[in-house]
Parts: sequence; structure tokens; C-alpha cells
Amino acid sequence: MRWLAEVHVALKSGIADPEGQTIAAALRSLGYASVGDVRSGKLLRIGFDADDPPTAEATVAEMCRRLLANPVTETATWELRADEQQDAEPAMPS
Amino acid sequence: MTALVAARPRVAVVVFPGTWSERDFLHVAQSVLGWEAWTVWHTATDLGSPDAVVLPGGFAHGDHLRTGAIARFSPVMGPVEAFAAAGGPVIGSCNGFQVLTEAGMLPGALMRNDHLEFRCDWQWLRVEHPASAAAWLGDLADGEAIRLPISHGEGRYVADAATLDALEAGGRVVLRYADSAGDVTSAANPNGSERGIAGIVNERGNVLGLMPHPERAAEAEVGGTDGLRLFRSLERWLQHQPAAAERRL
Repeated sequence: MRWLAEVHVALKSGIADPEGQTIAAALRSLGYASVGDVRSGKLLRIGFDADDPPTAEATVAEMCRRLLANPVTETATWELRADEQQDAEPAMPS
Repeated sequence: MTALVAARPRVAVVVFPGTWSERDFLHVAQSVLGWEAWTVWHTATDLGSPDAVVLPGGFAHGDHLRTGAIARFSPVMGPVEAFAAAGGPVIGSCNGFQVLTEAGMLPGALMRNDHLEFRCDWQWLRVEHPASAAAWLGDLADGEAIRLPISHGEGRYVADAATLDALEAGGRVVLRYADSAGDVTSAANPNGSERGIAGIVNERGNVLGLMPHPERAAEAEVGGTDGLRLFRSLERWLQHQPAAAERRL
């Protein structure tokens, strides 16, 4: 069956995030004075096939370990659901 | 056997889709030094029996996901890792350094410059523990300042404190960003690298990763020749090694 994984790749705490700092400064300069830390990251939406939920879960974990996150600097978390649309691209409003 | 390498070093220069510094390496090796040098496409599984392997700069596979993240899975990396495991000298410059860290051949990672800007400039570097990377830095002196171009947006070296301490303790930090006097200062650090690290070597001493571009500083006409000294170091080092074919046995 078809699955859709939404993988969030984030920098580990303690890893400097100059992009996040720049975004935070921009938000403050727009008047959002209460903005504190901003951390940047990536969202990866991945459609794939797996026979059952445990296999799907294990497959995403393996994808993250082998490629999607660098364990030196990043962590990965994900949400997984059956994808009846068979389409990793969210439908555009018409 | 004590047979020595032929007078002309043989260098394989790996090319991924998006690599852009391979021609400069070929030019220096072939035209400036008269060596044998050739490119190896990333899908190849045979390096062609080189004495040394170069991973040049560029944007391998578009640097998508992370710099070097896709390149590490290119078929050519199997033979490159085997060559390094057998003690063969490997240099990764700029994107090549990023590929080496992603492949786990060197520790740490290279991240977005702290100021978020791309930096293309001449940069002074302090040489440390050149004997730790004798194949590439053997002709250089401990503590001397050399000047090489840098050209990167993602050169900020990052590793956890334990890894950094182990690198320092092992004499494996071999190049640091410095001023013209060789002093390592935060003002001289072009990207926010931890401890000013510009280049490190693996434990065995044969795999060197550095953000600067030695191949762009090999002729006076282009502004400097300090980079040529890395090539000369390799040539001298190879003269004292068993031939590559024997080394692999």
C-alpha cells in the first residue's frame, strides 16, 4: 500500500543556525518584538510503498538514517499516514 | 619490494554532476607539473590505478539536500574509499571536503557560513602539524602562513566538542584560518568555523579535507603559488613510497 511520510529535518540544539537568526532579526525589525529564537529546517514529503505499518515506519527511519539527516548536525522526526491519493504533492485548491 | 613510483605522478580527479574545479586540477597536474592526470566520472567503478585521488570543488549533484549528501552514494565513492583504506593519498577541496565528511571519511560537517554570504577571496591560513598529512603538506612548515583562495557558501566546520578535542589531540587540524602573520583570530575566520578549522586529516594521515583551493594558487599569473606546494609535497612523498600497484596488494 501507499504511504506518505512528512519528514522534518531540524538542526540539533547547540548547532548555530545563522539562517534562523537572520529570520528572527527580520521578524523583529518588522515589529514582532517578542520573537525569540527561530530555528530553520526542512520539510520533506515522501510518497512510497510498504506492505504494512511497521515496514513503512522502518523504511522512513532507514531513509532518515542513510540520507535525509546528517547525524552530526541534524535530527529527523516524521509523521506517517496511508496515502490513498497516491500523490506526495498536496492537491492545489482549484 | 622497494620499487619507487615512476617520476610522473598519476592522479585521478573525480567528477560528479556539478563539479567545477576538475579542470583547474587537471591544468596544474598536466600543464604546470607534467603529471599524468585524468578525470573519473562519478558512475565509474575503476579509478585507473592512480597514485593519488582528488575530489575537487563544485556543487556535486547540485548540493541538494546537503552539500555532498548525494555524492557520497555515487558508485565512484566505493573505489575512492577502498583507495583511501589502502593508504592511498586523497585530497578533497571545498565541495570535495564536504563529500568526504558526508561519506564519513572525515569527521564533522560543513555548514552555511555564519554570515550567510558566499565568500570568494584570498585567505591566509596557518599550517599546523604538516607531518600529520605528510603526503599533502610535507613541504610546509609548522606554524607558517600560506595564502590560498577560498570560494564557498558552506564552509563553516562543525563538530561536537569531543570530536574537536580528539582532532586537536591527534594533531589532525592541519590548516586554520589566520591573518598574514599566521595568527588565528576570529576576524580572520571567513565563515565561523569552529576553532578556525580550514583543513583536517584522517587518523592515518592520507585523507586531507580543506575548504581552500590549492589548485587555484599554482602559478604566479593567478596571484600566488602556495597551492603548488601541496602538489610538490605529494610528488616528494610519492617518491618515497612503494608503487601504487604494490601498495594495493
